Amino acid sequence: MNKLTVSPSPHIKSSQTTKKIMWTVVISLIPAGIAGVYIFGISSLNVIALSILSCIFTEALFLKFRNKNPKAVLDGSAILTGLLLAYNLPPHTPFWIPIVGGMVGIVLGKQIFGGLGQNIFNPALVGRAFLQISWPIYMTAWKNPRWWPDAISGATPLAKEASTHFSYMDLFLGNRPGSLGEICVIALLIGALFLLVTKIISLHIPLSYIGTVGIITWVFGKDGFFKGDFIFNILAGGIILGAFFMATDYVTSPLTKKGKIVFGIGCGILTAIIRLRGSYPEGVCYSILFMNAAVPIIDRFTKTKKYGLIKK
Amino acid sequence: MKKLLREFFKGIGSENPIFRLILGLCPALAVSTSVVNGLGMGIAATFVLLGSNIIISLVRKSIPDQIRIPCFIVIIATFVTIVELMMKAYAPELSKSLGIFVPLIVVNCMVLGRAEAFACREGVLASTLDALGMGVGFTLALLLISAIRELLGNGTLLGFLILKSFDPVLYLVLAPGALLVIGLLIGGINFLSSKRRSA
Repeated sequence: MNKLTVSPSPHIKSSQTTKKIMWTVVISLIPAGIAGVYIFGISSLNVIALSILSCIFTEALFLKFRNKNPKAVLDGSAILTGLLLAYNLPPHTPFWIPIVGGMVGIVLGKQIFGGLGQNIFNPALVGRAFLQISWPIYMTAWKNPRWWPDAISGATPLAKEASTHFSYMDLFLGNRPGSLGEICVIALLIGALFLLVTKIISLHIPLSYIGTVGIITWVFGKDGFFKGDFIFNILAGGIILGAFFMATDYVTSPLTKKGKIVFGIGCGILTAIIRLRGSYPEGVCYSILFMNAAVPIIDRFTKTKKYGLIKK
Repeated sequence: MKKLLREFFKGIGSENPIFRLILGLCPALAVSTSVVNGLGMGIAATFVLLGSNIIISLVRKSIPDQIRIPCFIVIIATFVTIVELMMKAYAPELSKSLGIFVPLIVVNCMVLGRAEAFACREGVLASTLDALGMGVGFTLALLLISAIRELLGNGTLLGFLILKSFDPVLYLVLAPGALLVIGLLIGGINFLSSKRRSA
């Protein structure tokens, strides 16, 4: 059997499949979910369950409608979308908010474009943006951690009218009002570390994203030039969740390393501008969606050089 | 006779200006937030279309080819001015809520498109029916879009509260909602017609 076999590429195959990747990301998100349920109580479990069920049901319906293999609903992508959407919602919402969000995310964010791999925008963020624009009252009804004296109230640390002072430790552990899955930074970092170790994501997007936000909020922060509280800006809000779990989505992020860094910096600049100058307190969702739209252009300008190609 | 009827019905169905030719989207996107606005815009555009198509097909032989577009614009602008002044006099509320989009009918690609593609080539009767068909098709499309947007985005229809204890989808009355509704309607219509063709 020492015949020379000639076959088209790829020659090196790995055992990695879409299904494995999706389920690994789902697993890496579990610590943040547990933290969210622990901090806000059982209502956040409802939000997570409804969001995931809505995504799976809508996906299955559409797969049937489009005559695709219905087993594809178990490839994990719908569950991941549902989970990420839930993490972007307030921990206590009317029951139909996560349901509508999941439906919008799957239909308008994904299936309309042709399903997994074809979508331009991150489906979970499409769902969230739709909810945010349509029902701003429910989407900003933050709940305080369940051991705080007043249960339902006020503002996230980033909101301009926020009066409570949060220590870095509070922010790091998640002792603050905010979206369900974004608050506990340590749990998110554990998940992110898991993704890095299993080589599902690389550090290019998260580092350039978080670094850019840090630098801009430090230089142009509200306390004056080079005096901004950049640690606060990184820990408060959804930037850790966004940078590690949503901006790194394979389908909607650039292919090359250079492209990923450009993408991360773009997200960072937009997030910082929205936070410092915009009318919304938080800009992670919109900045990632905006940069998603720029991915084809980024990919075009960051093509790697062909091996051995001589430029004329 | 059959041909003339076809000229009328094509504007409603197979060559609907919004869903098939994708013309006149600017007013369709901007004023379709409520049924009253949509209806007002549809009637205004139909009147302009009718007037300009008739006049242009009457004078089509004496318009030099090189300057036909300016001539069309002058004729169209005349009718738009009539509509605008009439609306200001008899329906000031509607005029206020339609705002700049009534004068903008002058440069509506649907009106200019019918003048260029139809009225300057065909006789008066055919052009009249073409204008009526296109106008009715445009009005019906606007009614459909604005009814969806007003009902789901505001919970009302023609200003009456229909959906009680319903949290309106604010997204739909904002500008992106118009793009979404029109896109989904066009997609749905294409899907249905492709299904009918293959069956």
